[in-house]
Amino acid sequence: MSLIIAPMNERLVVNDPDRLDFRVHRAAMVDPGVLEREMRRIFDVCWIYAGHESEVRAPGDFVTRSLCGRPVILSRDSDNRVRVFLNVCRHRGARVCRERSGNAKGFTCFYHGWSYDRDGNLDGVPGESSYPSSFDRRELGLAQPPRVDSYRGFVFVSFDPHAMALADYLAGAKEYIDLIVDQSPTGEMELIRGTQEYTIRANWKLLVENSFDDYHLMSTHKTWLDYMKKSGVAIPKPAKGHVMPAHGVGRALGNGHAVIDNENFRGRPVAKWIPIYGEDARPEIERIRAELVQRLGEARARRVADTNRNLVVFPNLVLNDGSSVTIRTFHPTAPDRMEVTAWALGPKGESAKARAIRLDSFLTFYGPGGFATPDDVEALESVQQGMATWREIPWSVMTRGMAKEGEQLNTDERHLREFWVHWDRYMRE
Amino acid sequence: MSAIREEVEDFLYRESALLDEWRLDEWLALLTEDARYRVPSNDAPSGDPADTLFLIADDIQRIRGRVARLKDPHAHAEFPHSRTRRLITNVRIVPGTNSGEFVPGTIFVEANFVVYRFRRGGQEGAYVGRYRYALRRVEGELRIALREAILDSEELGRLGSVSFIL
Repeated sequence: MSLIIAPMNERLVVNDPDRLDFRVHRAAMVDPGVLEREMRRIFDVCWIYAGHESEVRAPGDFVTRSLCGRPVILSRDSDNRVRVFLNVCRHRGARVCRERSGNAKGFTCFYHGWSYDRDGNLDGVPGESSYPSSFDRRELGLAQPPRVDSYRGFVFVSFDPHAMALADYLAGAKEYIDLIVDQSPTGEMELIRGTQEYTIRANWKLLVENSFDDYHLMSTHKTWLDYMKKSGVAIPKPAKGHVMPAHGVGRALGNGHAVIDNENFRGRPVAKWIPIYGEDARPEIERIRAELVQRLGEARARRVADTNRNLVVFPNLVLNDGSSVTIRTFHPTAPDRMEVTAWALGPKGESAKARAIRLDSFLTFYGPGGFATPDDVEALESVQQGMATWREIPWSVMTRGMAKEGEQLNTDERHLREFWVHWDRYMRE
Repeated sequence: MSAIREEVEDFLYRESALLDEWRLDEWLALLTEDARYRVPSNDAPSGDPADTLFLIADDIQRIRGRVARLKDPHAHAEFPHSRTRRLITNVRIVPGTNSGEFVPGTIFVEANFVVYRFRRGGQEGAYVGRYRYALRRVEGELRIALREAILDSEELGRLGSVSFIL
């Protein structure tokens, strides 16, 4: 039941700097034809976050999940390499692994009993002698996405064999991933146990916008700010003409990636103490800070500890490096529905005390039970309901900051426009 | 033992009525001064919030903050408030832990729950799971020292959020 747009004969993004006009057509949030095109032109082409290397530590470790509508296995092979396999039997197509995670010598399809080793080779076919000479088990190993690569522990796949190199694709986003990993004295971050998986009844691009849109913070998250204030956290009054308590900028990072990069007022486990952490946490935070300064130097330590950053890696990965480090990724299942997965990331080898502070800090703001995320979800679902009027009100205005020379604030929309400009480019190519 | 269970059941039913009626200040009065309220992530139902990401892991300060937030019309996810209806069954007094985490005399309780949630313009949802309580007597009255709601679903999924007190 495609509506009217696909194949696109009308622009969905209007970008006219001369007229200071930037608009997004709301059909982009409701049209099944648009979603189908996104799946083919964006999710099947871009580098998509598949998981973190720390999820599979030893040979045989595996986790299963769905990526771009495809069941996949993230695992470690017998040579200790991280692998991504399509979780599909080559015989009839059943999933070969139906567990969430574990350690296995290999994967056996229960349907007809074909089995694969850790390296994906087909090593067991019941009654193999009945197959004719044309049958070659060497050609029937578990399939892999055409491209798999990682950057500092973050594993990505691309279903496009001709995708550019991951390091090139990540462009300016690498600098911000580095800032995350530099928090760790061991040079490695690790995923913390416990996964937040929830559905939002809204178009996936609305969560992209929301994830680094600081313009909404003061109104949508008033109750969180009130809680912070009541807990003794200093929330400065916004400067004249500003919306936010502290200075922050929005930056485009190339290839559709963008970031908000803010002076921190809300505390950081690495390493800025706020009263909400409790007096007993202060020595630990100071110790973490001293280690940062010693290892990275004063200037870099300040950069890591005293700013917080929400990074969008095009199209669907968000790394929130703020009151915790959150990995959040989301996949659309319908124009008005997405499935969100969020994890906490922490320095490998951090103390038990630091880990506890980090997780506690995560939950004040983030997640389905946090003081902020449920209100974001409410906002997105409210927007999605409003999208039903797309015929009457076709356009969303996205021009904040457009007339400014130079620096763009976190409450401007330069970074949102970066996402949409690249979205539009992919969709029209 | 059965007399204690009857008392515990009455207590849990009273608590659930207060929550369904959004009488949150009265609910707060049922908690000890060091109470904790937790909802584990669905894939780690037996984790410890010190080393595992939960959905909710509140100490008493954050529980009070949560109630203050829920009473504020700016808690958009719960304004207007969800309508909820809690069914609590299979209440059992269970053996305690020897972890030293709880004072002697603590009563450990488990119960099954279904919490239906309704919101105008939103889908209805049924939260199904198990409560774990640590109760103790304060001036003769049962009070909640720990309240953990452990969901059975594999992921939170279409329930979306836990923005009310589960």
